[in-house]
Amino acid sequence: MAFVHSLFGRSDYAIIGELVEPGLKVLDLGCGEAELLGWLVEHKNIQARGVELSASKVQKAIARGVSAYQGDIEEALSDYPDSAFDIVILSQTLQETRRPMQVLNDMLRVGKRAIVAFPNFGHWRVRVSHLFSGRAPKTDLFPYDWYDSPNLHYLTVDDFEETAKKEGWVIERRIFLAGAKEVTAFPNLTAEVAVYMFRK
Amino acid sequence: MTGIDRDGREIVNTQIVHFGQLRLDSGATLSQVDCAYETYGQLNAEKTNGVMVMHAFTGDAHAAGQSEDGKPGWWDDMIGPGKPFDTNKYFLICSNVLGGCRGTTGPSSINPETGEPYGMSFPVITIGDMVRLQRMLIDHLGIKKLLAVAGGSMGGMQALEWAAAYPDMVAGAIPIASTWRHSAQQIAFNEVGRQAIMSDPDWADGNYYGKSRPARGLSVARMVGHITYMSDHSMRSKFGRRLREKEAFGFDFGVDFEVESYLRYRGGQFVDRFDANSYLYITKAMDYFDVTQGRGASLAAVFENTDTRFLVMSFTSDWLYPTYQSLELVRALRSRNRDVAFVELTSNYGHDAFLVEIEEQRELVKGFLAGTMKGLR
Repeated sequence: MAFVHSLFGRSDYAIIGELVEPGLKVLDLGCGEAELLGWLVEHKNIQARGVELSASKVQKAIARGVSAYQGDIEEALSDYPDSAFDIVILSQTLQETRRPMQVLNDMLRVGKRAIVAFPNFGHWRVRVSHLFSGRAPKTDLFPYDWYDSPNLHYLTVDDFEETAKKEGWVIERRIFLAGAKEVTAFPNLTAEVAVYMFRK
Repeated sequence: MTGIDRDGREIVNTQIVHFGQLRLDSGATLSQVDCAYETYGQLNAEKTNGVMVMHAFTGDAHAAGQSEDGKPGWWDDMIGPGKPFDTNKYFLICSNVLGGCRGTTGPSSINPETGEPYGMSFPVITIGDMVRLQRMLIDHLGIKKLLAVAGGSMGGMQALEWAAAYPDMVAGAIPIASTWRHSAQQIAFNEVGRQAIMSDPDWADGNYYGKSRPARGLSVARMVGHITYMSDHSMRSKFGRRLREKEAFGFDFGVDFEVESYLRYRGGQFVDRFDANSYLYITKAMDYFDVTQGRGASLAAVFENTDTRFLVMSFTSDWLYPTYQSLELVRALRSRNRDVAFVELTSNYGHDAFLVEIEEQRELVKGFLAGTMKGLR
């Protein structure tokens, strides 16, 4: 088990920060205030674009000097031409999209590569919570009550692996995180967050 | 050119530069053109820090600082030392538009060939013509490439025209509460304004100089304009149904309501500072504006290969230049994978928001300019 440093308090950001090569053209879907993109511009000299639904977050992103725009992820993706970016990032948002398959396919259309980070619904704590409470699982990773969860589509590490296989995607990197640690054994049980870099 | 007043404040003077021929989109040529402009800050040695701001419909070259008669510039909150358009870093330029009446050649100027004011013999002008004159000014100042062009409303149209006409001269463009082409509704309101002026007998086919000016018509045109600059919400909260200095209706056609009083006041005030013929010419230029015009291409194709970065802003309650117009531009740029930032700011002030909601725009402009400057190196 290796410790992973964190970026802005998030270990998935740190992993993504390592995965992105210098000088690339990068689109971050759901970029928030563009902390990650700002860091990548500063340290990796990337060309950054961000999409974010919240106007106040977009304002902060633009104030940071990042070209972000206010809009819906799915609509923004449909605007871009093929292979517009080297990498398209979707961090902790896949489970909140209405049509995740369309988002993933569009990411691979406008980007040469995609990086996706998502919370693993197969983690043992989620399973235990569901098994013993008999209710919709509530954990640190999924802290919401059933009625106010932004998550629309839950998925596990195994679900993603299977989908990638079915779609014929080439997974170039897979990194599994539990807190600030990288885990390798039984990721579907032990990973809290999974990060995948893949291409068509 | 600047001086210091008795209280130690910087006084900004409008300067005039005289140019020769200016060829216009209509095919006509103006043999001599004056351009009134002001500058703030210092041009750096490499001449890479020039930022041109363009005024809206009835504005002028006095964008920042104090004029000799103590008037602050129309964007003084945005331009100055430490402000978003930071004059410690950037060299700001603002000129009065072609067709205007605040120093730059327009219909109220003397036609050198006749010695009389042009009036309606002034050729019809376009936003493209305005920008062509601005380009002459930028050449005159020795600037090869502007760091940014920025403006709200008609100023935003000029920013887009700059980016389309001279893409290599513009690193960044900031169109605010603006459009890439005038819509039927925008043309309609302008036409009402023009008809108000032209149906005033004092307008006299535009030959009113030295005589009684078409004050009624111009004032009505401005009243209509003011309605379109506000929003239902801002009118309700500013005036409601409050009566003006009375307890009960007058049962006549004098002023009953506060909103009537406000519009009459604004209309009357406008007549003292604006030329009716300039109103006709400039609104016409706006109505003709479509950045794809004469470029034989779709909006996306116009900006196909541009390296200009864009910061596009709109306001939620602006029904004169609604967000969808900004979004059309944003989506077109996105479809060609161009560099564009966009945000719709929340405001109840209607179209006026672009001059009122300064706080909201401050950090955006600051961040965008810094990012653009960084990209130059």
